[in-house]
Amino acid sequence: MTLTFVLLTLAKILGFILVFCVILAAILTWVERKMSSIIQDRIGPNRAEILGFRAFGLFHPIADMIKSFTKEEFVPAGANKTLFFLAPAFALVPTLCAFAVVPFGPGDLVISNLDSGMLFVFAIMGFGIYGVTLGGWASNSNFAMLGALRGAAQMVSYEVSMGLNVVGIFAVFGSVSLTHIVGAQGHLLWGWLPMWGIVVQPLGFVLFLVAAMAENKRAPFDLPEGESEIIGYFVEYSAMGFATFMLSEFLEVIVIACIAATLFFGGWQIPWLDPTGTAGGWITVAQVAFFAFKVLFLCWFQMLIRWTVPRFRYDQVMSLGWKVLLPLSLANILATAVVLALVV
Amino acid sequence: MVKVKVVERPPADLVVQSWLPELWKGMKVSGRHFFVNLLTQKGIVTSQYPEVKRAYPPRFRGKHRLMRREDGSVRCVACFMCSTACPADCIRIVAGQRDDENEKFPVTFEVDFIKCVFCGMCEEACPCDAIRLDSGVHRAPAYTRKEELNGKEDLLSLGSLSVARQGGEYK
Repeated sequence: MTLTFVLLTLAKILGFILVFCVILAAILTWVERKMSSIIQDRIGPNRAEILGFRAFGLFHPIADMIKSFTKEEFVPAGANKTLFFLAPAFALVPTLCAFAVVPFGPGDLVISNLDSGMLFVFAIMGFGIYGVTLGGWASNSNFAMLGALRGAAQMVSYEVSMGLNVVGIFAVFGSVSLTHIVGAQGHLLWGWLPMWGIVVQPLGFVLFLVAAMAENKRAPFDLPEGESEIIGYFVEYSAMGFATFMLSEFLEVIVIACIAATLFFGGWQIPWLDPTGTAGGWITVAQVAFFAFKVLFLCWFQMLIRWTVPRFRYDQVMSLGWKVLLPLSLANILATAVVLALVV
Repeated sequence: MVKVKVVERPPADLVVQSWLPELWKGMKVSGRHFFVNLLTQKGIVTSQYPEVKRAYPPRFRGKHRLMRREDGSVRCVACFMCSTACPADCIRIVAGQRDDENEKFPVTFEVDFIKCVFCGMCEEACPCDAIRLDSGVHRAPAYTRKEELNGKEDLLSLGSLSVARQGGEYK
């Protein structure tokens, strides 16, 4: 544990998590509004201005930030104050931690090259449920409590199939370390097809994306919050508590995009170009940029789904999780195992 | 006998139930809207309201205006037809006497825009073409009730000359 190592790690944390991910999360709030509006033939927010510049509404995240910092932090009567203030942190911190094992570039360009990689992500993302349930329970509100119950049931159910979906990837690439998985995706199938996760596990990708979006509690799976009708676990939160819940939700969009890009789209791999990631120089820059592009694309894709699909009913969510996704992911594992046993 | 139209349910076959092809169709629609509006802004229907105002249709009934004669005096002869016709009872007239052949004129002519429903009955009842709702001015909200009570001067300020024959005779 030398000083250089500490400084390098701090630099990576600063660069990847604080600059790329958090700012991207803030921009995603803008993307979400703007995208929903132009899908629905509207213009979207464009009124926040600085010195007469409006920049297509890009200043709205700043306005939101100022608003949430200055608003009153309301605590409902009878609420458990400690847990009430801790719950947003419980939602936010695990999401930020999950970025630690995502390799955003070749070689050392990962904050922590854990061997347990994906297992760490699952373990840490499982903590997200605490934020939901504590937030709902500590509010001392029936609506929030019911929302938290819905959220907990939904997240626990989808955690199962999300984990099982990735087993196929583990089997194909023979590792749970994200760095290894990305490295293995540099191989070519039959000499020309990049062996990306989506090529070898197409069903796994679809199932993973569905399960991950349900895990993230965003539309079409947004029953734990259901902003407009059934109101959810953070109904009692105002100001920064609410903003933290929202920020963690948008960060989770990025986490899902990062994990999906890493597992299924070859991470920083550019097809047919430097699969070992040892070239350095401009090629490394291009690889990092390509990873960022994949993440942005997958964020955009999740937004498109979010603004296309109407919300599920609660029993539909549960039956989709347990009766469809779970058997399909088990079948996916079985098929992968059979193919691997026959081919390899 | 009422005709019953039986609505055909879409077939719930495996393709529909697997849900992914239908999702794909929906994604194509929202994706098309996204790219068309992003690149060309063709489909966008928003008008930037305070800066860009949409024109009212020609028969829009806005604030009342009181018309004038050639000599500039108010055309109203305080006959009370408008306030009688008014279903909202929002017109209050106090008649006064004048010395020419018209005999009467309104000393006060108040329209209460809180009560007014902009039905146009006053305009139709008026025999003198004295009151019209075609000013095109929208009734704006106000902070006090008094501001909504528009008197003769306010209504005349929106008005203009009318050369129709006094008394509303048809030719």
